[in-house]
Amino acid sequence: MCCPSAIAQLLWLIPTVPIVASGMIALLKQSQRRTAARLAIGSLSFSLLLSIKAFAEVIGQVLTRKFTWLPVHDVVNFTWIQVGAANVDLGWVLDPLSAVMMVMVALVGLLIFIYSIEYMKHDENFTRFFCFMSLFAGAMLGVAIANSMLLLFMCWELVGLTSYLLIGFWYQKPAAAAAAKKAFLTTRIGDVLFLLGIVWLFAQTGTLLFYNGGAGSLEAGALTALLAQHAGFGLCAAGAIGLLIFCGAAGKSGQLPLHVWLPDAMEGPTPVSALIHAATMVAAGVYLIARVYPLMQAGALAGGTTTALTVVTWVGASTAVFAALIAVAQNDIKRILAYSTISQLGYMMAGLGMGGVAVGMFHLITHAFFKALLFLGAGSVIHGCHEEQDIRRMGGLKADMPLTFATYGIGMLALCGFPLVFSGFWSKDGILEAAMHWSVAKAPFYMLVFGALLTAFYMTRQVGYVFFGYNRGSKDAHESPEVMTVPLAILAFFAMALGLIGTPAWPWFRGFLESRAVDIGWHRLIEPGLLALMATSTVVVFVGIGLAWRLYGDRSPKPKEPDVLEAAAPLPWGWLRDRLYVDELYGVTVIAFYGWWARVAEWLDRKVWGGAVSGVAWAFGLWAQLNRFLDNNWVDGGFDKGCDELASGGGLLARVQTGRVQTYLRLLALAVVALALMLIWSSRA
Amino acid sequence: MTPLAGYLLVAALLFSIGLAGALTRRNAILVLIGIELMLNAANLNLIAFWRYGPHPEALTGMMFAIFSIAVAAAEAAVGLGLVIQIHRHAHTTDLDQMNRMKG
Repeated sequence: MCCPSAIAQLLWLIPTVPIVASGMIALLKQSQRRTAARLAIGSLSFSLLLSIKAFAEVIGQVLTRKFTWLPVHDVVNFTWIQVGAANVDLGWVLDPLSAVMMVMVALVGLLIFIYSIEYMKHDENFTRFFCFMSLFAGAMLGVAIANSMLLLFMCWELVGLTSYLLIGFWYQKPAAAAAAKKAFLTTRIGDVLFLLGIVWLFAQTGTLLFYNGGAGSLEAGALTALLAQHAGFGLCAAGAIGLLIFCGAAGKSGQLPLHVWLPDAMEGPTPVSALIHAATMVAAGVYLIARVYPLMQAGALAGGTTTALTVVTWVGASTAVFAALIAVAQNDIKRILAYSTISQLGYMMAGLGMGGVAVGMFHLITHAFFKALLFLGAGSVIHGCHEEQDIRRMGGLKADMPLTFATYGIGMLALCGFPLVFSGFWSKDGILEAAMHWSVAKAPFYMLVFGALLTAFYMTRQVGYVFFGYNRGSKDAHESPEVMTVPLAILAFFAMALGLIGTPAWPWFRGFLESRAVDIGWHRLIEPGLLALMATSTVVVFVGIGLAWRLYGDRSPKPKEPDVLEAAAPLPWGWLRDRLYVDELYGVTVIAFYGWWARVAEWLDRKVWGGAVSGVAWAFGLWAQLNRFLDNNWVDGGFDKGCDELASGGGLLARVQTGRVQTYLRLLALAVVALALMLIWSSRA
Repeated sequence: MTPLAGYLLVAALLFSIGLAGALTRRNAILVLIGIELMLNAANLNLIAFWRYGPHPEALTGMMFAIFSIAVAAAEAAVGLGLVIQIHRHAHTTDLDQMNRMKG
């Protein structure tokens, strides 16, 4: 690659235009709603068009390079600042990974923007909302195109900042303000470790660029050097840096044990939840791991794995099951989806850990569409039910909101992994297949299958509660207007159609990410191993849906009535409903420790440091008193005396000046006589 | 006794008379007249030193005297003007009563 293509040189416009639009919206008045929405949607449309253009360009490149196995990385790099001998470089990259991510973020973001026009119609801070949303989308697109750890980290932090602003959008609600703070602090824990990883990487390789024609940190030369370096605990430097970066990803992507912020973040407006929890922010962590995959994978033998990837897998698989369990016992429509998101992110991480970039990224893309669909559908339900979020107070909405019901059903089936026509089936099967062949342990496979069962169960439970039975809440639920349902329909289309590009028969997506063309091979579908797996997952999905349908379908329990499972096993249900006490655990450990530590620091401040400062101040006060005493009694006395003497001397001399001219003349004459006598006398001598 | 010494004696006498007048008279106009006498004594000295000095052909002494007389005329005018103003102001020309400029 001698020089970047024209489109790669324009790539910087993709994140910049929405960010500039955000700045312009920030200057608008509250009443200029239409302008704000137009600016936001227009700028993101521009980004989407440019992304699609770039995507097409990459497809073209992949096709023309049919027989080479080298990945395509179209980079534009430049030096930002120079510190001594070290260059801090920034840059962006156009490769299959970034192209896919850009298109996904811009497309889902645009649909969510359009949806928000109606959803936020009555909010007085409409312009502020679009300002933050635009900034968010721009920052996320920046993460997608970054070719430099530093640029990625800047955009990453911008995403963190805007997530804080958006989760706390209704900051008048104490819960929203607290959730925003929690999201910010929790992700910050991961980010500190991430930053450590970046600094370490920079120290070892001397560059922050990912790809730089052989000199980047993710290319063979740097990786070999990193592998040779030992970091202790049996890790090479590459593995240790990979783990630190994974900590940042875990914070953003809500992996155990940093997942606690994600359910609380549901306090934000529903489009924000869709944007943060489906398309962008949580996906950023997964994307980061995919981006630094060469680093994570460095040192793996053929078919083997590395410590870093093993950790990623175990954390992902645990998160998948853990969050799915909690989701079963939640009653808030958005909270169920939030735990579902955590669980699905666990799947993505596990997919990355076991199967590679293509497996994890494919689930990320399909999930982005169907989870955005589910969130926006939930928003439509909440909108239609007059801001009701408790699924026990809904019911029977399939008649009142047919479009929402249809699209939500598609999203739900895609999430469950319903066979063949839904994208979730294929992407989840990819992960399960990778888990089945994983060389280290079989446990993740069983965990993920169990997670799939739970997913089917809790989604069916939710749909049963919300759309079936009779209405237990407000009677006048209404369908949402077209500006909300059309984005739902588009997302529903993608939730189904996207499966086509990742089936085992035609794994175009995997081939695209690995920069090679693939052909259609139906025979791959009927390999015995794969067939057995597909059968297993189909059975699991049907069991999950059937079980939940038996328990919840069309039953319409009363709002006060305990859940069926709660009646059967109140104790475990209580644990799950209370989210397995993770928040409480943090409350008595980390937060209690910080509280204690803060009190110690306060005591130190007040007593020790404050005392020292007061002591110094007191000593200076004493010194000042002494100085005043000296001044008053010695220095001032002498000075005053001198002044008095001068004044009286002046008075004495003034008496010579009598005002009589003849006296002066007389003196003058006497002086002349005296002078003359002196001259005469001296000439004699 | 050289002619110069004679002139100097006359000038000294003239100066002493002027000084005595200036010191003893109370009338401001008479004091001014005394001062004029002293000035003319000085002029007489200038002329005498020029006339009996080493270069009597150069008119330096004459020039000095003429300057001095011109200045004396101006001074007499200013002095008389002041005296008139004082008289208008205080209705007297008695110097003993004009002691308001003391320190």
